Amino acid sequence: MLNSTAISVSGLRVRRGGSLVLPDLSLTVAAGTVTGLLGPSGSGKTTLMRAIVGVQQVEAGTVTVLGESAGAPVLRHRVGYVTQAPSVYGDLTVRENLRYFASVLGVATGRVESAIATVDLGPHAGQLVRTLSGGEMSRVSLAAALLGEPDVLVLDEPTVGLDPVLRRDLWETFHRLAETGTTLLVSSHVMDEAERCDELVLMREGRVVATGPPGALLERTGARDLEGAFLALAEAREAS
Amino acid sequence: MSPRITLATAARVLRQLRHDRRTLALVLVVPPVLLTLFRYVFDGQEATFDRVGGPLVGLFPFISMFLVTSIAMLRERTGGTLERLMSMPLGKLDLLLGYALAFALLATVQATLTAGVAFGLLGLDTAGPVWLVVVLAVGNALLGMALGLFLSAFASTEFQAVQFMPAVVIPQLLLGGLLVPRERMAEVLEWASAVLPLTYAYDALERATQIGDLDTELWLDVAVLSGSIALALALGALTLSRRTP
Repeated sequence: MLNSTAISVSGLRVRRGGSLVLPDLSLTVAAGTVTGLLGPSGSGKTTLMRAIVGVQQVEAGTVTVLGESAGAPVLRHRVGYVTQAPSVYGDLTVRENLRYFASVLGVATGRVESAIATVDLGPHAGQLVRTLSGGEMSRVSLAAALLGEPDVLVLDEPTVGLDPVLRRDLWETFHRLAETGTTLLVSSHVMDEAERCDELVLMREGRVVATGPPGALLERTGARDLEGAFLALAEAREAS
Repeated sequence: MSPRITLATAARVLRQLRHDRRTLALVLVVPPVLLTLFRYVFDGQEATFDRVGGPLVGLFPFISMFLVTSIAMLRERTGGTLERLMSMPLGKLDLLLGYALAFALLATVQATLTAGVAFGLLGLDTAGPVWLVVVLAVGNALLGMALGLFLSAFASTEFQAVQFMPAVVIPQLLLGGLLVPRERMAEVLEWASAVLPLTYAYDALERATQIGDLDTELWLDVAVLSGSIALALALGALTLSRRTP
């Protein structure tokens, strides 16, 4: 699967609530990589992810995922999506939530326990989701996306508010999934997560500022860290 | 659509209710209590209680399920679970029928309990069979559910969703014949009542409890009611879009 393209976006234009969130965006994501989508809040990361999952109404452009048009029925088994807000039922327990999503996806209920273990929620499995903390809730949401073992995982800020140890473990899980061929697109507004990605897409005001592996971006800008590289690239773009 | 997903959805909705014991208790206890209240408010006017009591047994599920569904669906829409389900291999019909199954079951329990109290303890008389009242009540519950699901798309907060209840239910109760027989209304109001589904629900319940004949008129009411449920469900399905702005 190396070097093949999992996601390709071309000329994407999206308007939300009257404002042009993505004026004209093009992008490719290689299969079997962990690609970080980085940019400040409001830069269009979520809108781009929604378009890739196929839940966003788009004005123009094409979005292709695994060779199919984004949102095609066959992709509903192959693409997993975790929204920023935990999209799970507060009035069900962790296990009940995951069992329900497992039966919607048509996967064995045995997957539920392993997904719970992956996000380290074992002790809370029988607890009502609304009684969990924010970070725990988003882990339930992440577990739901892992259930179907999708080929493409789109994760919108999955590690916000998590314990550093768990955050490291989750990034290890992401890389382990990528090694088995899963393509992960992970958004974050925290630059220190950027260095954990194979590839980066830096976004600002609905446009792609730069793409490439973290090392290459540092080299290109001569910056000491990725925060500095982002600043240099954004300023260079503004000047041009 | 798949039976597995439909049944899983129905089970999930029932599980949510099971964790919300207070709502469950209110849904089951309030109608019999209200009916008891009616009985004593109309103390000495047994004829009035006999006239409205029977139909009320069948109308409570409409109100309960309308409210419960509009809030439940609003939560699915605003909480992101609907978006998640729409990105999964779940058919819109799976969701609609899952909700319908779950609430039909709840309505059956509710109507049976209310009917038991009304016809057993409060001495309410019905000309027709009690099971018919319960069946009509379940039909009304489905109509309430379908309308609640459809209207939830037009509410962006729970405050708005709750206000749809008086806006949608009370005019139908006023015009449907419960308080004043339709033929005694102004002509315009009578026309208006002719296009409201609850009018036929009330008419069917009145025929079932007052006349007791399972005649053609009653089956016509049932046909209109079934058509209304199907239409409301279809409208509800239109509001479940996979892509949103």
